[in-house]
Amino acid sequence: MAGELLADPRLSTDRRHADFPSPNERFARIRKRGTALLGVDDPRHNTQRRMLIPSFSVKRIAALRPRVQETVDRLLDAMEAQGPPAELVNAFALPVPSMVICALLGVPYADHDYFEESSRRLLRGPTVEDTQAARDELDDYFYALIDRKRREPGDGLLDELIHRQLAEGKVDRGELVGLATILLVAGHETTANMISLGTFTLLRHPERLAELKADLGAGRPLGPSVVEELLRYLSIADGLLRLVKEDIEIAGNTLRAGDGVVFSTSLINRDDAAYTSPDELDWHRGARHHLAFGFGVHQCLGQNLARMELEIALGSLFGRLPELRLAAPAEEIPFKPGDTIQGMLELPVAW
Amino acid sequence: MANDMTSQVIRVDGDRCVGAGMCALTAPGVFTQDDDGFSQVLAGREDGGGDPMVKEAVRACPVQAISVEGTAG
Repeated sequence: MAGELLADPRLSTDRRHADFPSPNERFARIRKRGTALLGVDDPRHNTQRRMLIPSFSVKRIAALRPRVQETVDRLLDAMEAQGPPAELVNAFALPVPSMVICALLGVPYADHDYFEESSRRLLRGPTVEDTQAARDELDDYFYALIDRKRREPGDGLLDELIHRQLAEGKVDRGELVGLATILLVAGHETTANMISLGTFTLLRHPERLAELKADLGAGRPLGPSVVEELLRYLSIADGLLRLVKEDIEIAGNTLRAGDGVVFSTSLINRDDAAYTSPDELDWHRGARHHLAFGFGVHQCLGQNLARMELEIALGSLFGRLPELRLAAPAEEIPFKPGDTIQGMLELPVAW
Repeated sequence: MANDMTSQVIRVDGDRCVGAGMCALTAPGVFTQDDDGFSQVLAGREDGGGDPMVKEAVRACPVQAISVEGTAG
C-alpha cells in the first residue's frame, strides 16, 4: 500500500509549496529555497532525472567496481597501518562514498573537509542559521567549481552536464548547482551511514556475523541478500515527505488535498504482514520490495551505486579484519539525531 | 510446450521508465538498460524465456513501466 501511494502522482514532492510538511524548523526554512530532483515534481523532475540516469545504470555502476574496490583496499591498508584502534566513521565509512561520488561527479576529493562539513550542517544544523549558511557555502562552492570546469574540463558527470546540458541551454547554472549539491550530499552521507550502521548492526548480531565471516573466509563474497536485508532493517532515510494535491481514497481513509504525508520507511519495512519476524536481522528471508530507497518516480537514483559500495565496503572490512569489534560499550557510541538521515557520529573499533 | 512457454510478450514503457534499473538488477537475463539509462527488453527475450524473475521485476519497478501480455506457459 505504501509503495502504491508513493507512486501516486497525486502526491507532490514540491518542497516550495506553502503547505508542504516540515518535520522541524530547519527543514521548514531551507525547503523554501527548493531542492533539485527530490523536491521537484514532474515534468521538471523528469527532465532533471533524465540528464542523470545514464551515469547510474546497472552497467555503468558495475564498471566502477574495480575502482571502488581499490579505494576500499587503500583505506583498509591505512587503517591497518595506523591501528588498532580506529574510529571507523572517519577512517572508512565516510571516505569510501565520499571518494567514490567525487570521482563520479568530477569533484576534487581534496575539498572533502569543506563539503563534508557543509553537508553535515545542511542536514543536521544544529541551528537554522547553520543549515542556511551551509546551503550558501555549497552553492558558492559549486558556482565556483562550475566556472572552473568551464575553463578546464574534466571527465566527471558534472563536466558532462556543463559541456552538454548547460552549453545547450537545457539547464541553467542555478539548477545545475542544485543538482550537483543533491548528488554530492546524497551520494556520501547516506552510504556512509549505511556502512557505519551496517557494521555496528553486524557486530551486534554475532551469530549472523559468524555466518558471514565463514562465507567470506570460504571465498564467497558478501552478496546482495545481506545488503538488501541491512537496507530493510536499518531504513536510514526514514520519514519520506509528500503533500496531497488531490483527495485520495485509500484503505477506507481519505487523504485530503493539502494534507502532509509522512512515510516512515522504518515502520513500513518492518510490517509483520510483509515480513516474518520483521525485527530480526535475517538475510535468508530474501528481503525484496523493501522501501529503503523509496518508490515511484523519485526512487533513489543512486541505489545501484549504494548497493555496490555496501557489498564491497562491508565485505572487505570483515574479510580483512575478521576480529573487528567495538572498542567502546555499545550504549556509549553516539548516533545521529532522530530527525535526519540515520547514522552514527562515531564508531570506535579494534581488531 | 515451447509455444505455451512463449505466449507472453514483455514490454517496457520508455515514457514511464525513470532508469532506476530495478528490472536489469532483478532479471538481468531479460532486461537491460540502453546508453541513456532507460530499460529495455533484451533482443530475443521478449517472451521472458521462462525466467521466473520477470514477475519480481514487474513488482520491483517503481513506476510500473513493465507490462506482460498473455500468459506464461
